[in-house]
Amino acid sequence: MSATAVHAHRRQRRHLTPARIGIYFFLLSAAAFFLMPLYIMLVTSVKTMDEIQLGNIFALPADFTIEPWETAWSSACTGVECNGIRGGFFNSVAIAIPSTIFPILLGAMNGYALSFWKPRGANLLFALLMMGAFIPVQVMMFPLVRIMATLGLFGSLPGIVLIHIVFSMPVMTLLFRNYYASIPQELFNAARIDGGGFFRIFIQLMLPMSTPIIIVAAIMQVTGVWNDYILGLVFAGRENLPMTVQLNNVINTTTGVRLYNVNMAATILTSLVPLTIYFVSGRWFVRGIAAGAVKG
Amino acid sequence: MSNVSIRNLCIRYDENEIIKSLDLDVIESEFLVLLGPSGCGKSTLLHSIAGLIEVSDGTIAIGGQDMTWVDPSERNIGMVFQSYALYPTMSVERNMSFGLRIKGTPAAEVERRVQRAAEILHLQPLLKRKPSQLSGGQRQRVAIGRALVREAGVLLFDEPLSNLDAKLRTDLRRELKLLHKNLRSTMIYVTHDQVEAMTLATRIVVMRDGVIQQIGTPGDVYERPDNLFVAGFLGAPGMNFLSGSLASEGPSIAFASARMNIDVSAYAFRETPATGQPVVLGIRPEHIRIEKQGNPNGVISLIEPMGNHHVLWIDCNGTPLSAVVHDALELKADDPVRFTIDSTKVSLFGQAGERRL
Amino acid sequence: MNKKLNRLRRQAVSWAALVPMALVVIAGLGTALWSLKISFSSSRTFPADDFIGFAQYARLLDNDRWLLSLQNLAVYGVLFILAALVIGFLLAVFIDQKIKGEGVLRTIFLYPYAMSFVATGLVWQWMLNPEVGIQQTVRQLGYPDFKFDWIIDQDRVIYTIVIATVWQASGLVMALLLAGLRGIDEEIWKAARIDGIPPWRVYFSIVLPMLAPSFATAFVLLFTAVVKLFDSVVSMTQGGPGIASEVPAKFIMDHLFGRANIALASAGSIMMLLTVLVLVAPYFYARTRSAGRKQPS
Repeated sequence: MSATAVHAHRRQRRHLTPARIGIYFFLLSAAAFFLMPLYIMLVTSVKTMDEIQLGNIFALPADFTIEPWETAWSSACTGVECNGIRGGFFNSVAIAIPSTIFPILLGAMNGYALSFWKPRGANLLFALLMMGAFIPVQVMMFPLVRIMATLGLFGSLPGIVLIHIVFSMPVMTLLFRNYYASIPQELFNAARIDGGGFFRIFIQLMLPMSTPIIIVAAIMQVTGVWNDYILGLVFAGRENLPMTVQLNNVINTTTGVRLYNVNMAATILTSLVPLTIYFVSGRWFVRGIAAGAVKG
Repeated sequence: MSNVSIRNLCIRYDENEIIKSLDLDVIESEFLVLLGPSGCGKSTLLHSIAGLIEVSDGTIAIGGQDMTWVDPSERNIGMVFQSYALYPTMSVERNMSFGLRIKGTPAAEVERRVQRAAEILHLQPLLKRKPSQLSGGQRQRVAIGRALVREAGVLLFDEPLSNLDAKLRTDLRRELKLLHKNLRSTMIYVTHDQVEAMTLATRIVVMRDGVIQQIGTPGDVYERPDNLFVAGFLGAPGMNFLSGSLASEGPSIAFASARMNIDVSAYAFRETPATGQPVVLGIRPEHIRIEKQGNPNGVISLIEPMGNHHVLWIDCNGTPLSAVVHDALELKADDPVRFTIDSTKVSLFGQAGERRL
Repeated sequence: MNKKLNRLRRQAVSWAALVPMALVVIAGLGTALWSLKISFSSSRTFPADDFIGFAQYARLLDNDRWLLSLQNLAVYGVLFILAALVIGFLLAVFIDQKIKGEGVLRTIFLYPYAMSFVATGLVWQWMLNPEVGIQQTVRQLGYPDFKFDWIIDQDRVIYTIVIATVWQASGLVMALLLAGLRGIDEEIWKAARIDGIPPWRVYFSIVLPMLAPSFATAFVLLFTAVVKLFDSVVSMTQGGPGIASEVPAKFIMDHLFGRANIALASAGSIMMLLTVLVLVAPYFYARTRSAGRKQPS
């Protein structure tokens, strides 16, 4: 049949139109901007101070050395002592583990109670908890110091863990409540009919079903606790200072010559745990953001 | 109103050939239904007519013009989607007029078209509302309105009623049929629901695996299916199938199987049948008659009362047959029963080629 | 009688399980009220029991350092939120264009968010160091007059903090907006193509309004981060040069501990709280209202 080709033109496949070139250009430039600090961190941490003084921050190391890393780990000065930030690493681990386990358990229990049992007044309590999440920590700071001192927990490991439990309860509860909201009420009802009580259903049915959200919560909590600075600064006590606090001490309270390569090595060491979690967990990390950010 | 002419259409995605060398002519002002199971390519075909999917080969002409590579918005089409796809932050009025305003259509003309569509679809009281404030049926009508204001030559529908509940579906189905009757637009409609196809279509295209099985009026495809697939797809309960062979005795030909013989001398064979040829005989449930007297040749295994008719499942020596009757005649399960088959309504298919003989 | 007892017993367990949550809520509200009380007193190193009304608040408004910190926060807040929203949005939109290497790019844009504020501040402090950082490097590349010493410039130091924190937070905004973008029904794009709407117009008139909830969430998160700004300032500039990059959170912490003026610090923290409430309360209100208004289909 004869067709008059009025508008006929070959549609371009999705290849290099100017628009797409522009998109890739923008994205690649942005990627360079985002990667630049990481590159500089890495590169600076393996240079000698002589090389750094030469002033080219982008240059690859001519004289590769891992001495800054050794110094950062074991002999940098964190205030009075000069034992590196390895102490801070172990402190952060000691803080992070219980500060992840307990909030997850409590958040799961809260979310479970809110989603399935729905006791009276629970929703109001939850709303208050959510609003409380927005209270700046400075408002609570001094009273909390007094309370912790009264309890004899100020400046101790159990103390800082308790503080983390308190401050992470809103987000953890929100995560689990939203997760359990997607589990059918019928499942719960069937378990009730089978004779299960509050804790039995929680431990034997709900917790085992919660693996995905537990992973997400763990990732978020470990990252958040590890990266915390202000709570650790105030409540952890001198023997338990987390790595972030020690890092800041190493870099900003040193007198004399600033060892930039040691500083950068220390910074990378401090960021190693959360960055590793991030790169390994990929999708789960993003799910955490989406789940935790959807307030209500 | 436009016609649509498709020649040698091939659509490939990755390695799969979704549509294979398809030819189709859509006549002006007809209501053509693309019918088939999931994955048969009907939606892909519709999307390619719309220009939303690129073709790998072949041509598509709308209104006599080659539109194979033309932008969707310049193909003189309107489209209604399964999920309505209304712009959620705009009112009904803006939803319908947005495309026209972008094109620079004068305000008076936009107003005229929107009012006309609103009138046809009873949308006037809803014009200021947002989609979230509408029910499913209302949203679908707005979607249709958005397509109507384009005053296009061809209207495309992609399973528009699938998201609605049963009652709404029947109501809107009738409205669509009325719409077509009043507007006489060319409509191409995709569905997997054979009831929708039968009630709405002027012609039905039955598709399977990217290939057209049969094109014809609802009566054609229902009463004279071209192959086993089409025969089994239309009709509920489905056509009954019996395997057997043809035996000729002089001028008369009969279908013979282990259980029965049926005289098919009056059957309109396309070619001279061969004796002993294995065939499949098809008979629709409504063409099986229950006799009040006579030797029983089957036992009732199940009765399904449907309100205005009954479906009887008859066990005929191991072969289940369904029959539709309007009067249950006080029959119960496990009753022996005599049934006869209306030999003027049978369909015969070759066991090898599955093509209607 | 037995039935009622059983029911009470069942309820009791679930109430008991909520005790930790109740304790946290009480702690939150209680400490806020406690701080409020202190802010009305003349407490210095230790809480005093007197009541001097709004005197501390008046003193705050007379305090140069506090006023500067408010001004800094305002400038910082506007720039940070705008930049993070715009960059995050552009990243999300461009990544959504079915490009190759999407996973890698997303990983690159989001990894800064996994770093602590302290680490971010330290890295950028190093990069913006005028003697051995970027300024020096560019000068060596042949531009001897290149100046990028904002970090020691009293008027410009706050911008350096903006840069560092935008670098960290844009990925988060991108993740949120990308999730929102991906939630948009594919068929709306098809309908827009049939309507002949150009892509930029689709984004402007259809996508952006649909993304309003995601933007709101991002905005609230960014806003709370602005109010809380502390770690980055401490690590990057220590509030300097001098007090040029002072922020309210740091002011309060300094006065709570080093400068031993609890009442003044408490007054400042109450002001912070009010600022947050003013923004967050309407957000909550709007969310609960819109959730109740939608008609079931």
